Amino acid sequence: MKKELKTEEERIAYNCRKATFLIEKKQSAPLTGKEKMELQLHLAGCYICRVYENQSILINKMMHNFFNHAGGDAKLDDEFKMKMQKKIDQKMKNK
Amino acid sequence: MPRQSDTDISAGTLAQNHLAPEHWVRLHADYLYNYALNRLNNNELARELVQETFLAALEKSASFRGDCTERTWLTSILKHKIIDIYRKKSTGFPATDNYGTPADEPEWFDPDLNNWKKEHWPAPFSVQDDDLLYNKEFMKVLQACLSKLPPLWMSVFKLKHIDDEQTATICKQMRLSSSNFWVIIHRAKVNLRSCLQKNWI
Repeated sequence: MKKELKTEEERIAYNCRKATFLIEKKQSAPLTGKEKMELQLHLAGCYICRVYENQSILINKMMHNFFNHAGGDAKLDDEFKMKMQKKIDQKMKNK
Repeated sequence: MPRQSDTDISAGTLAQNHLAPEHWVRLHADYLYNYALNRLNNNELARELVQETFLAALEKSASFRGDCTERTWLTSILKHKIIDIYRKKSTGFPATDNYGTPADEPEWFDPDLNNWKKEHWPAPFSVQDDDLLYNKEFMKVLQACLSKLPPLWMSVFKLKHIDDEQTATICKQMRLSSSNFWVIIHRAKVNLRSCLQKNWI
């Protein structure tokens, strides 16, 4: 038979769904006092969600790096560039 | 007439307070192309957008006030075009609810207890986190995983990170309530993380 959760503390301790939700929210917005308390209580007893939190933070950092530093060294081919500049020049003439 | 050499016109010096469309392609095309490519992961679309950006920029050149560099200004035009594409992509796809949940999303958590199902337990990646941050292979896996997200989730998730955009702005752009926004960010991350764990060995 499935475990029955009797107290509020127990429900919080088990609720990884809510905890991971709060972990996401916390990274971009302030949590309410109640949410903070809930998350703290949950993480104190849940190793798995602590792993999740570390990895979630890592992913956000990677996304940040990716979008803000990754210049990339891909190049457009010269033919395409020439055509593009021609279109620009043409459009300037017609202005 | 000979063109000025590239060394005379570095992107920064010429650009301030002055638009020089005759040099745009040479100075900015590759930069904008990479910017678009990183965000769209689609070569054809990226090329097209660079061209559209230049042409749109010409049309609104009167609105350039010179309070930023030419490149920054062009980039912001491109960015708006990318956001439009994110928004368009996120509509018109099959979903089971308002959150854009795909039918095949695994059940990560126990429906009653709300704890992780054992087969979905997050496990530490085999390498130290800090080393992964600059690991190119890992980045590739992340990109592949991103492209597997449902369109709405991917759009919202990318928008959130593209310039650390404000939540309110994204909600407006994507026509989402803020509570739906948080649900989507959460679901996207849970799926993304799991994909990373599966594909990073």
